[in-house]
Order: sequence, then C-alpha cells, then structure tokens
Amino acid sequence: MELEAGSAVERARSGDSDAFRLLVEQHSRSIFRLAFRMTGNEQDAEDVVQETFLRAYRQLDRYEARSSFSTWLFRIASNYSLDLIRMRKRHEEKREHGSSEDRDILQTIPMDAPGPDRIVYGSQVQDRVNAALNELSAQERTAFVLRHFEGMSIEEIGEALGTGTNATKHSIFRAVQKLRRSLEPVVGHAK
Amino acid sequence: MNHVSEEQLVLLYYGESSDAAVVDEHLSNCEACRVEYRALQLILNTVDSAPVPERGPEYGSEVWQRISKRLPARRKRSIAQWWIWAPAMTALLVVAFLAGRLTFKPNGAELAKNKGIRERILLVAVGDHLERSQMVLAELTNATEGKGKLDISDERQAAEELLDDNRLYRQTAHKTGDATVANVLDDLERVLIEIAHSPSEISNEQLDDLRQQIASKGLLFKVRVLGSRVRDEGAAAAQKNSKKL
Repeated sequence: MELEAGSAVERARSGDSDAFRLLVEQHSRSIFRLAFRMTGNEQDAEDVVQETFLRAYRQLDRYEARSSFSTWLFRIASNYSLDLIRMRKRHEEKREHGSSEDRDILQTIPMDAPGPDRIVYGSQVQDRVNAALNELSAQERTAFVLRHFEGMSIEEIGEALGTGTNATKHSIFRAVQKLRRSLEPVVGHAK
Repeated sequence: MNHVSEEQLVLLYYGESSDAAVVDEHLSNCEACRVEYRALQLILNTVDSAPVPERGPEYGSEVWQRISKRLPARRKRSIAQWWIWAPAMTALLVVAFLAGRLTFKPNGAELAKNKGIRERILLVAVGDHLERSQMVLAELTNATEGKGKLDISDERQAAEELLDDNRLYRQTAHKTGDATVANVLDDLERVLIEIAHSPSEISNEQLDDLRQQIASKGLLFKVRVLGSRVRDEGAAAAQKNSKKL
C-alpha cells in the first residue's frame, strides 16, 4: 500500500490531480478518526480533514519518503488540530459562562454507577471519557491521542509537534493523571 | 527498590519503558504497585471506549469533492523550467565574473569588451534576483489573514534559496562601489533572513511583524524601482554591446 502511495505521491507532485485524489480517498477516514479524537467535535474534525489535504498538497515537495505518507499526513493533521483546539479554548475562555459548561456535563453523569464490568462499554462512561478528554489542554490531548490511539512513539510525537521528547512525555503523564482523576470515580479503582 | 512511579507505569503500559525488566520484577514482588498498575490499565483501556462517528467507504470521495476546487495549481517540475535553474546559473556566472577579475589580466581592448559583457551578466542576474524577491515580499504583503495559522512554507523556501544569491550580489555591489544597489540588497537580506527563519506556519501576529519589516523600509517599493532600473540598464548594456560587435 505504501509503495502505491509513494508512486501516487510522485505523480501528484508532478501535477497529476487523479493521483492526489487517490491519496485523499485512501486516507480521509483515518485522518477523520484522528481529528475527531483530537478535537472531540465532528465539525472541527471535518475542517481538519480538508485543511490537512490542502496543506499536504501545497507541501508535497517537502514530503520525504523516509516516513510513511500516512505518518506525514498525521503530522499535518495533529498540528492543525492543535491550533484549532487552542483557538477554540481561547474563544471559550472569553465567553462568560463557557468554562462552566464542561463541568456541568461532568456533573450530569451519575457517580454512583454500577460496577466496571457492566459500564465499561456503556454510554455514560463514553460520555464521561469524552468530557475527561475535553478537560485536557490542547498539548496534552494531542500528545495523548497520538500515543494512545495512533500508537506513535513519544519520540515521533515530539518530532511531529516540535516539542521534543521530554515535554511530550510530560504532556502524556499529565493527560493520564487528569484522565485518572476524572474517570476513577466512575470506573473505580482495581483492587 | 522504592515503589514504581506513575510515570514508570505509564511508560510500561505503552511499551516505552527503558527499565521494563526492573519494573516488571518489582511488580511481581509488590502488591501495592500491581494494584496501581491494574488501576492505570483499567482507566486507559476504558478510554478506548470513546466512540468515534463512523464515516462510510464513500467518505474519501466526498472529501475530494469538497477540496478539489480549492487546490492550487501545481507547477510541474522539469529541467526545461529555466526559472528553477536560472538563479543558480546566474549566481555561478557572477562567481565566474569575480574569479575572472582576480585571475585574468587582459589588454585594454579586451578589458573594455569583457567589462561590458560582465556588466550585462551581472545586471541580468541581479534583475532576475530582484524579481523573484519582489514576488516573495508581495505574497506576504498581500496574504489574507484567516483563522488558524498561515502556511508560508513556499515563501520560506524561496527566501532560503534567495539568501545565498543575495549575499553574493550584495558583496559584488559593495566591491564595484554601487552603494544604492548594495544598500537595497542589505535591507532585503535582513528581511529574507527573517522569512527564512520563520516557522512554516505563522500566526496573524507573526505575519503582521513580517509585513511591518517589509513596510518600514519601503522595501517592496525599493526592490521594484531597483529591479526596473537594473532591467533598463541591462537592456541598454545589451544594445551597446551588440553595436560594438
């Protein structure tokens, strides 16, 4: 698949729009999944998908085949998502009642939920996970999503986001701590 | 060994622990740390349950429909595209010109003839350089501010490529005593350095900074005027040389 992608990239670079169309068709769904996990919002995720491909097209000459094309796309998508989350958070902070909304969502989820076996796949837990992810800072969420869902190494994430390995590691640690604080009351503490 | 830290457990969970064997051994002997690790596993496994809206197999085609009209035209790369090679070639000619001045001692008639040819080569080279620089400055000056960051990777790359040539032409202008050209190239070089050292994607504030630097020196105007003057002089030199031949 990557070999095919490599040849499609070469053709797209030389102005073959059908080749780029092939790349868009191949990678759109995975970019959408990544973008949704990062932004937690369907409309933002759609924006990220489109912007990622527009940026990729403009920067095709800078793509080096030493990383896979999908990793390169992920890098573009992550950075754009990061900008989007930061911008959205800034807007939310400006709104008078904005910051209390997330807390309200958390408060609507009952804390006296049944045992872990029954609720792990329940919608309440899913809502709570989403709310907990929304509580993370943009940097923490991006680093965590790339490590946890996309399986990128900490070093790769540091390189992709331009933050370095140590800062990335600490973002992930902070994200895990916050998730534990939010989710342990629902999921419980294994004994 | 002391108890294992939460950070060590997180790294172990993701398979990135540098001391996995030591942590594993500790876990096998320490009930408290085992409980802690199980709690961490439970939370992180739970996070996997966060749902993602499904997109069907046609999604890629839908994305393509939305973006295809917004894709900029791509310039096809080929050796026939003279403007890719022209700056490097002209820079080489200027180097040859300088080297020739240092090593070759012609007689009076040859000196006058060669001087005219060299002058023309230099004017053409500088004219082309100024035109390319003008395009980069104009792109940034006219860029539209929007939400999020602005991608200036093309302009940044162009500025990087222009910098080496600019240094060469500036030094040549200093040596030949053309203070006007030297001063404009000096100002241009500072701005090109700023652009070349900017991130690929810049905020609206960073774009404003770059624009102010371009505007504060009237650089775009100076480059335009000088480019026009150099082109006129190049044409005049060509005409003079053709009359001599």
